[in-house]
Amino acid sequence: MTSAEETMLTGEIIDEHTLLDVAELCRCCGLDRTYIIELVEEGVLSVTRIDAGDARDAVDPVDAARLDAAQWRFAGTTVRRARTALRLQRDLEINLPGVALALELLEQLERLRRQLNQERV
Amino acid sequence: MEFKDYYQVMGVARDATEAQIKQAYRRLARKYHPDVSKEKDAEARFKDLGEAYEVLKTPEKRAAYDQLGRGPRPGESFQPPPDWGAGFEFSGAGAGGGGMGGGGRGDYSDFFDSLFGGAGRGRRSRHDEDGRESAASGASKDHHARVMLDLEATLDGGSRTFTLRMNERERVLNVKIPKGILPGQTIRLAGQGSSDGADPKTGADFSAKAGDLYIEVDFQPHPLYRLEGRDLYVDLPLAPWEAALGAAVKTPTPSGTVDLKIPANSHAGTTLRLKGRGIPATPPGDLYVVLEIALPPAVDEAAKAAYRAFADALPFNPRLSLGV
Repeated sequence: MTSAEETMLTGEIIDEHTLLDVAELCRCCGLDRTYIIELVEEGVLSVTRIDAGDARDAVDPVDAARLDAAQWRFAGTTVRRARTALRLQRDLEINLPGVALALELLEQLERLRRQLNQERV
Repeated sequence: MEFKDYYQVMGVARDATEAQIKQAYRRLARKYHPDVSKEKDAEARFKDLGEAYEVLKTPEKRAAYDQLGRGPRPGESFQPPPDWGAGFEFSGAGAGGGGMGGGGRGDYSDFFDSLFGGAGRGRRSRHDEDGRESAASGASKDHHARVMLDLEATLDGGSRTFTLRMNERERVLNVKIPKGILPGQTIRLAGQGSSDGADPKTGADFSAKAGDLYIEVDFQPHPLYRLEGRDLYVDLPLAPWEAALGAAVKTPTPSGTVDLKIPANSHAGTTLRLKGRGIPATPPGDLYVVLEIALPPAVDEAAKAAYRAFADALPFNPRLSLGV
């Protein structure tokens, strides 16, 4: 393979407006479908919408788990969350409830840091 | 090549037990994990840590490493001795797939490679054992990386060069950063995953179609601006008279310096909004200017006299609300 600098590459953004189904999410994260389903059932990932004819928003994880995974739709930002979950689980050898807790605490920390930033004078 | 003192990296004594090494690894991994830590060099520290642990937790590798003795001081030039590795067997760990970018295991230093080579790369293949990472043949050619961008990249949509490690090789990619990209978003570069050869699992040949490269984006803290969603925040110090009397002062914005009108009787913490001067998007984010009051030091007689005149002219008790 050439290690020389290649021509400029242009990519597409996967953001919160991108809706991914389970297969697409698996592909974008490089994760196994079973693992994604586990993450949803544990509440680590949330299903943004259910595509069952009547599109419903922000789905309760318990509800989501009862429905067919093929109907799940995820916001594009889920990609990073799932990758983070994988890294935490793999690198720190923590179990799924631990990952869920760590992610929630990290989010809280991030929120507090931002608050602090805005009020910093 | 730099000699690496793995014991120093892990903060353990050279005669540390396996249990102590594991404990040290767990503790430091939690501290420096790039997803958890806000420390500047967390990513590098975590990489070093993974490498040190890979050597010290494996009795054969540790014994071989110990044979080097103290070696040169860390950072000094190092070459492995000619009889290096004689009598040790490293190949058991199995060569994992290449980790690339962003703190994955398997992205080890030249020092490590010179000692243990490709055969020493363990753990990366772990995902195959526990089945979390996808082994589906088509998807396995996709690659994932994590990069830290500077804020300027999203503001002006320039290009950035990344060196990524893919299948044991380094690749230099010149990527156009989409204007307005935010932390937590992902860039998909179609066809930039691996394209080579047969799938190791199934033996099927997928060389016709290359996988994609997914880049998770995060930002380095900016010296001036803080990011909140698409909005930016900047602290603007004012002289007391500028805040009290109002003024037009020079203010940095991502698109250049502007003259900002400060209303009279502004106080510390007053926030002024510059519409549309945040992260570009439709609609773009805003820039919030948070005012600070900076006091000139009373260094000479003239300054002291000015402060005294100030005190005489203004009957002012800043502690009124404290009841004193």
